Amino acid sequence: MKHHINFKVNGDDYSLAVDPWRTLNEVIREDLNLTGTKLGCGTGDCGACTVLLDGRSVSSCLTLAVSVNGKSVMTVEGLAPSGEELHPIQEALIQTGGIQCGFCTAGMEMSALNLLNQTLSPSETEIKSALSGNLCRCTGYNQIVEAISMAADKMRDNAAEKEEQ
Amino acid sequence: MESRFKIVGQDVPRTDAEVKARGKALYTDDMKLPGMLHGQILRSPLAHARIKHIDTRRALGLPGVKAVITGQDTPKIKYGNWRLFPDTQDEYPLAVDKVRFIGDEVAAVAAIDRDTAEEAMELIEVEYEELPAVFDVDLSIKPGAPVIHDYCPTNISVNRKIKYGDVEKGFAESDYVREDIFNTHSVSHAYLEPCSALAQVDLDGRITLWTSTQVPYIVQCLLASTLNMRENDIRVIKPFVGGGFGGKMELRAWEFCAAFLARQTGCPVKFTLTREEEFITGRRRHPMKIYSKVGFRKDGTLVAKDLKIQLDGGAYNAMGPTATFLCGNFGAMLYRYPNYRFHGEHIYTNKPPASAMRGFGAPQSLYATEIQMNMAAEELGIDPIDLRLKNAQVSGDEIPDVATISSSGFIDCIKAVAEMSDWKEKRKSLPAGRGIGIGCYSFISGGVFNWFNTQYPFSAAEVRVFSDGTAHLLTMASDIGQGSDTVLKQILAEELGLKMGDIRMTSADTSMTPQADLGSWGSRVTLMAGNAVIDAAKKIKEPLFGAVSARFNLNVIHDIECVNGRVQSKSRPDYGLTFGEAVAMVQKANRGEPLVARGSYTPRGKGLVTPAFGFGAQVAEVDVDKETGLVEVKHMWTAHDCGTVINPRSVEGQLAGSIQMGLGYALSEQFVMDGGKTLNTNFVDYKMPTASDMPPSELFHVETYEPEGPMGAKEAGEGLASPTAPAISDAVYHATGYRCMDLPITPEKILRNLKKNK
Repeated sequence: MKHHINFKVNGDDYSLAVDPWRTLNEVIREDLNLTGTKLGCGTGDCGACTVLLDGRSVSSCLTLAVSVNGKSVMTVEGLAPSGEELHPIQEALIQTGGIQCGFCTAGMEMSALNLLNQTLSPSETEIKSALSGNLCRCTGYNQIVEAISMAADKMRDNAAEKEEQ
Repeated sequence: MESRFKIVGQDVPRTDAEVKARGKALYTDDMKLPGMLHGQILRSPLAHARIKHIDTRRALGLPGVKAVITGQDTPKIKYGNWRLFPDTQDEYPLAVDKVRFIGDEVAAVAAIDRDTAEEAMELIEVEYEELPAVFDVDLSIKPGAPVIHDYCPTNISVNRKIKYGDVEKGFAESDYVREDIFNTHSVSHAYLEPCSALAQVDLDGRITLWTSTQVPYIVQCLLASTLNMRENDIRVIKPFVGGGFGGKMELRAWEFCAAFLARQTGCPVKFTLTREEEFITGRRRHPMKIYSKVGFRKDGTLVAKDLKIQLDGGAYNAMGPTATFLCGNFGAMLYRYPNYRFHGEHIYTNKPPASAMRGFGAPQSLYATEIQMNMAAEELGIDPIDLRLKNAQVSGDEIPDVATISSSGFIDCIKAVAEMSDWKEKRKSLPAGRGIGIGCYSFISGGVFNWFNTQYPFSAAEVRVFSDGTAHLLTMASDIGQGSDTVLKQILAEELGLKMGDIRMTSADTSMTPQADLGSWGSRVTLMAGNAVIDAAKKIKEPLFGAVSARFNLNVIHDIECVNGRVQSKSRPDYGLTFGEAVAMVQKANRGEPLVARGSYTPRGKGLVTPAFGFGAQVAEVDVDKETGLVEVKHMWTAHDCGTVINPRSVEGQLAGSIQMGLGYALSEQFVMDGGKTLNTNFVDYKMPTASDMPPSELFHVETYEPEGPMGAKEAGEGLASPTAPAISDAVYHATGYRCMDLPITPEKILRNLKKNK
């Protein structure tokens, strides 16, 4: 029997009937056509499917869709809605070369955002540990770590500027 | 030194980075078509068995199931990448008579959704007659061993021999000879994007296949032959691909099944593998048993090498023949061997097939070379750096029957890493438990051998230019994440004096892009497709130069160039037109015909292996915990020679990525097998290095100019898959006295050895 769920994705309200065994990953990719979130393993080990659920990172492949009723989800598409300026994390990843095949990128960005929501002055060790659930086979992580540090600097500067105003 | 290039050599951001950053890049599994069905493959639970009977009736009766096929429903045509030698084509898209490994494809289903397809799997009844299986190369070649393929009673499917000089005489003249046996293990490509294929039948019966592949042209040809269709009736499109590393360079069963089932049902059909399927059945790096005998003079000069390698190919040839061929060539690269002999055997076992994987035989072959160099250095009383300097291949060296090395920065690489790492001091003074070690590589820049038997140039490019000052580059070259689309655009922008944003690109669509390109493997794309792009650009420039010459009535001695969006005289830049104006003039002169040119590249007169060689050296410093045997890599230093660096950020990314893979190969990654069964089938049990495992690392580009390469460029990033394991291994030996002869270097092996030495 299908369950009715109401939830927000990237600020938009959705009301759906879903089978109880379907994952959040399936629902956002297949029903909402938000395919920026990837599926790399389906067992919560690779991090490619990471999204924010009420502001905290989760593996969307392990999260049942019914469990997000009343909650708010943010996916990679919510980082910089189409046409809008890129998020500093995205900008930095482009600049450092931290994107190769791109399949881990959305998950990396969401894990980075989860970290930068907590601190804008992360140490290299903190960045690496924040990414420890996100696997990448192309980049060797260096340019991703560099990008997150760069994004933190920029976000800190932006925050300071805002305060001055 | 000021670069003579404007765009080549610059940190140009990758042109696909923004869509990827936004999550807008479409990979195969992101696509859906109206009425699309979901496919799933039933795989063999047995390592070796005869298929007696398959009953698909119950599965077909399940509501939502649209089709079920077995090998008997297909044209039963074998395929394999070595088309030049049809005997080596040993694989059916779906098993016909026998299954030969756990995971071998037996049947396929197309259903209205994934859940139904999965349920149908359980309803297909297969009756097997189990056969004795063999999982070890030594047992597989023994008389009386189970025969895996009827055509090959010895289970040795490929024999490859190389010989030059007189090895026996060389050993007799040597002052020091040593023989060693090395064993290397199997690892996974572990690309993040599981394989996926989506097929659609056009109204006229032709097939379009979107697939996660490194080789659209090869898939097109082999799909055509296995479906008994004409090549031109198959269109293969490579969307964004989430990494390959050699694991996506063949036609695969799900590509065939998607196309076959789409034809049968009239609906689009998509197959996407699970990670578990990838691990259970996926291609992998060849385990090799390497016997190596080397002879030196007292002063360290290499005199002879005798190399025998047995490759555990698993159940099918896959890209094994090429790996067999290449590991013997790699054995003769890097150093000067006046006398050399190689015998490689590709051996069938009832395990998942091994195939191409980053390095293509080099990580195994060079592990033996490099460890043996260090062992010899110790016994000869020569520093490993000095022993390498003495024997290093240099520009102009000839490898008999292979090629003349047109550029080598190897000596500078060795010197650079020694200096960067403070080698001489550290090799003497590091405390117990700390160690420093070296590994080096040489690698090919694409292959010359034409085992695929293509009738087309190895790479091709088409350039169309327009009066609005833009260009359109079309090429079948496949960007699988390494960034080749950006590099090829950089090369074209440089040649035509345009900006990156002026160039539109269509790549890797077999019906739209020029025939042909053999794909992304063997570090061939930059050199081969890059040369094809330059060839096309030169043909575009000729009429543009003519137009400017005519327009300004230039003396024929004027040198004309494309630069900064203009076509102009070099000495009198005011005699010139904008790029768009020049195009318009040529078009006018040709009564409206658009200005289009086609270029190509096929290596000729460059021997039978590769047109150019990359080189490099790497030093690792490690700390070994004597209580736990755990190895921590503290630092890596790398110096490499990839000719002209076209995109520094991309090259650095390739390097860091190779260190990640090399680190895993050396220390943590392996397939744990129980007979033919892969036991570690997820990323928890298959341990790939994470961000926290990455050591600090420094890189030095040794500048050379490769005459055969586009703007002096050659291989980057694949050769680097080789040096990391021997460098770490040598450092572990330096730290603990444990010399690893059988990869990977695990804490258990280190502790066992420490105990023994106590």
